[in-house]
Amino acid sequence: MSSESNIEKVDNINSEERVSVASQGQLIWWRFRKHKLAVFSAILLLLLYLTTLFAEFFATSDPLESEAFRGLIQPQPIHFFDEGKLSPHVCAMEGTRDPYTYKKTYKPNCDKKTPVEFFTKGYEYEWLGLIPMDRHLIGVPEGYLAEEHIFLLGTDIQGRDMWSRIWVASRLSLSIGLVGVTLTLIFGISLGGISGFYGGFIDTIIQRIIEIIRAVPTIPLWMALSAAMPFSWSIVQIYFSITLIISLFAWTDLARVVRGRFLSLREEDFVTAAVLSGANERRIIFRHVMPSLYSHIIAAVSLAIPLMIISETALSFLGLGLQAPAISWGTLLQGTQNVQSVALYKWLMIPAFPVVGSILLFNFLGDGLRDAADPYSD
Amino acid sequence: MTKKNTKIEKQKPILSVNGLKVHFFTDEGTVKAVEGASFDVLAGRTLGIVGESGCGKSVATRSLLRLVDSPGKIVDGEIIYRGDANKKEINITSLKTSGSDIKSIRGGEISLIFQEPMTSFSPVHTVGNQIIEAIKLHKKLNKDDAKGLTLDWFKRVGMPDPEQRMNQYPWQLSGGQRQRAMIAMALCCDPKIVIADEPTTALDVTTQAQILDLLKELQEENGMSIIFITHDLGVIAEISDDVSVMYLGNIVESASVDEIFHSPKHPYTTGLLNSIPSITNKNRERLPTISGSIPHPHNRPSGCTFRNRCQNPSDDCREGKIEMKLIEVSPGHFVDQCCINCG
Amino acid sequence: MALYIGKRVLYGFIAIWIISILSFIIIQLPPGDYVSSYIANLAAQGSSLDQAEAENLRIFYGLDKPWHIQYLKWASRIVTGDLGYSFEWEKPVMSVIQGRILTTVLLALFALVFTWLFAIPIGIYSAVHKYSIGDYLATFLGFLGLAIPDFLIALIAMWFGYSIFGWSVGGLFSPEFGTAPWSIAKFLDLMKHLWVPVIILGTAGMAAMIRVVRANLLDELSKPYVVTARAKGISEWKLIMKYPVRMALNPVISMSAYLLPYLISGSVIVSVVLSLPTLGPTLLKSLLSQDSYLAGGIIFLIGIFTILGTLISDLLLLWIDPRIKFEAR
Repeated sequence: MSSESNIEKVDNINSEERVSVASQGQLIWWRFRKHKLAVFSAILLLLLYLTTLFAEFFATSDPLESEAFRGLIQPQPIHFFDEGKLSPHVCAMEGTRDPYTYKKTYKPNCDKKTPVEFFTKGYEYEWLGLIPMDRHLIGVPEGYLAEEHIFLLGTDIQGRDMWSRIWVASRLSLSIGLVGVTLTLIFGISLGGISGFYGGFIDTIIQRIIEIIRAVPTIPLWMALSAAMPFSWSIVQIYFSITLIISLFAWTDLARVVRGRFLSLREEDFVTAAVLSGANERRIIFRHVMPSLYSHIIAAVSLAIPLMIISETALSFLGLGLQAPAISWGTLLQGTQNVQSVALYKWLMIPAFPVVGSILLFNFLGDGLRDAADPYSD
Repeated sequence: MTKKNTKIEKQKPILSVNGLKVHFFTDEGTVKAVEGASFDVLAGRTLGIVGESGCGKSVATRSLLRLVDSPGKIVDGEIIYRGDANKKEINITSLKTSGSDIKSIRGGEISLIFQEPMTSFSPVHTVGNQIIEAIKLHKKLNKDDAKGLTLDWFKRVGMPDPEQRMNQYPWQLSGGQRQRAMIAMALCCDPKIVIADEPTTALDVTTQAQILDLLKELQEENGMSIIFITHDLGVIAEISDDVSVMYLGNIVESASVDEIFHSPKHPYTTGLLNSIPSITNKNRERLPTISGSIPHPHNRPSGCTFRNRCQNPSDDCREGKIEMKLIEVSPGHFVDQCCINCG
Repeated sequence: MALYIGKRVLYGFIAIWIISILSFIIIQLPPGDYVSSYIANLAAQGSSLDQAEAENLRIFYGLDKPWHIQYLKWASRIVTGDLGYSFEWEKPVMSVIQGRILTTVLLALFALVFTWLFAIPIGIYSAVHKYSIGDYLATFLGFLGLAIPDFLIALIAMWFGYSIFGWSVGGLFSPEFGTAPWSIAKFLDLMKHLWVPVIILGTAGMAAMIRVVRANLLDELSKPYVVTARAKGISEWKLIMKYPVRMALNPVISMSAYLLPYLISGSVIVSVVLSLPTLGPTLLKSLLSQDSYLAGGIIFLIGIFTILGTLISDLLLLWIDPRIKFEAR
């Protein structure tokens, strides 16, 4: 019974009072804040999505600029010090061709240095497709050509700079999750809501449809549907078709969550009270039922996005998703389809890291959100 | 009753709980569920432990079998069991929670009857299977004998269609039948002490009376002690020989059932007794309630826990200067010293 | 009980019917009909088909009829086991995929068993030792397993096998058995090669399964019947295995019903990466070359496997959970 435990008591009383007056949203936020990993993931993801807006700024070279004789150069680190002085530079990559196998191998030659500058001018691009710019985070001084001198993560078989391509690819790969989830939300909430709110015959039909969709192996169907897209379609058309195809099969989880909540909410007194006081269906759904669903929906969404990212990556990897010249992490990984390239040109696997990383972050976030959204968890 | 009284005068209690403290260490703070409770269980008699929900009576009795789940922990006190065949005293608090010593006590020496027989049986195993398992754990019997014994017990507890019920699942039985099965399971290994944790709360009144009668009958046949936990003083009056009143993790008054009902000393006991509805009550008269409310477990008052609800506590008491301690006011009648001083 | 089984079988048939429609749509999706694709394909090879022959083919496949008649014709041929003709391979679809059906099913089944064998014990350990280092490790590995797409696991395994051990991971048969007819020796050879893809495929499903086992077991561990059993004096290990684990098996089995389509889906991609002789690479090739009867046929078959899997798991649930049996009566 020291003074310390008395302070603890005071704290407890306060927190108890706070809890009893807090809104649902505040409660979820408090519980979410306790999940350090989830909060950390949320911040990182926010930053990651922010960088997609400035993808070209992070790129060093034009991601589409190909040159066969620069193909398959290995990653080249930036040296920050030169003879003890701060002077960022990269060593030139010199290729020699094996006279027998005809294979070209590159070696750094540190006698030939290319200085590296930050916040410098490089290739021209249109920021957000609107404003012409040429500023880049990393670049080479005037007189040098970035495409010929700087390969931070190496080059692919066509001599395109991997570092720049990964940054630009993140835009399609990460946004496909968001766009796809929007469609999933529309399908999931409307069908799950109808199923749970009306119940009875409609519910049975929708539940059977969900069961069947879940019993269907999705990847072969995705493959077939995406293979059926005409070659003449533009990147934008293919992009939206892919998201549509993926969300056609991804809405069932969300629909089940929403239905379950609707079913249990139908029994709740506050909904009965609203019905008895003469509120119409629309009002009941949007004023009474939906607010208590948001948290569950947010959690389900954050767990659905990584599925979308995986699906797109897998489809594009197989050559059935986005096609060149579109750049996504999946299309970048196409170069690793055979074992030789994986073994000899390991850096071609680098695009796997952002895929795994972003999916991990989403899963951590989703896990934290799900715990926070559950009113009966601690 | 009087016969029993004289017999146990010299005999040591079969179970003594001294200064038991069980704390739950949660993220929000430490909950002191049991804070220095002491009581004795006498051989062949029924001890009723009465108190409101949350007073720690269930936690205290689960500690007797070391069944308190984490984050709960016995932090102090001793539980001395003297029913061992070798007449050895066993301090249950010093046993390992999953060692063989405590396992032979659980079910074999001390067993438990739970409040909700529906959820207390596994729904995917037959009732018979779950009782046979208990028998085989404590008696060296083969499967057929264990089955036979189970059937015997089903008959003894008055189960209708005993053969058929054995092969049924708990959800196929009625509430009363399930509680009978539960009693059979608790008694099948001839324990010395049976802890009945509100065994009749979930049942309707008629079934309640039947189950109480059954327990009394079986006690006369087997001679085991019963610790009967309830918040229902009516039930206590019917089944107990001795009564301990629990409030906020402490025993505040302990005496024979007659003493408790006829000359209660602690204001909390008096309050509880006053709040029993009775047919002698005049019509339309409100039942008296105990003023104030139970403090939150995070926020136990220091010193006397009941001081904030006392009618006229002394100054020392109000400031929490008096420690809680049971003192004997008349032979066999123990009351917390606080309330004596508080008036 | 018969009603319950009958209901499940009926759902199975409805699902097969829907999958047949989906497969038919897939066959119809590419521009132009089958015969014009066929003619284009022949033209690419330098031969041609005259007008009358083409017309005959159209009538044979019913391509002159409206689509629902076409569907009925196609469906009635499927019932007899005729999945159409692959012009890429120039033989009936059935004979193209015959040898690959068994490998596909075996791969998926073994992966499922592998998932069970590892995920259930790990899940039990995690739940019983909640918040221990082992639990955190399992949770972290689970997250990692969820985050790494299975084709990436396959790539990484391939890379390890190749660069460290000099293996060329891939394929399911030694060269001498590749085209040989089925025999016991060939089957044993298959088993020798199968474990690598089984592990790769199983790892992906394991993560989800561990989470399901852990969550359900944690739920069960806090139920009153566990305390009852403990109060009987049963040893902790026996108790956990007999009661809560048994209860937590229900969701494991119902989840397996959805894991199977997932595994078959995954096997398609893993097989492509590891070039395994399953239906996966054939499907990819047929899709890329618009060999529509082959693609539709494979998708239809894969659909049937998963529906069978779902049905089996439903019946398993009926067998292990007396409550379902009772309700179904």
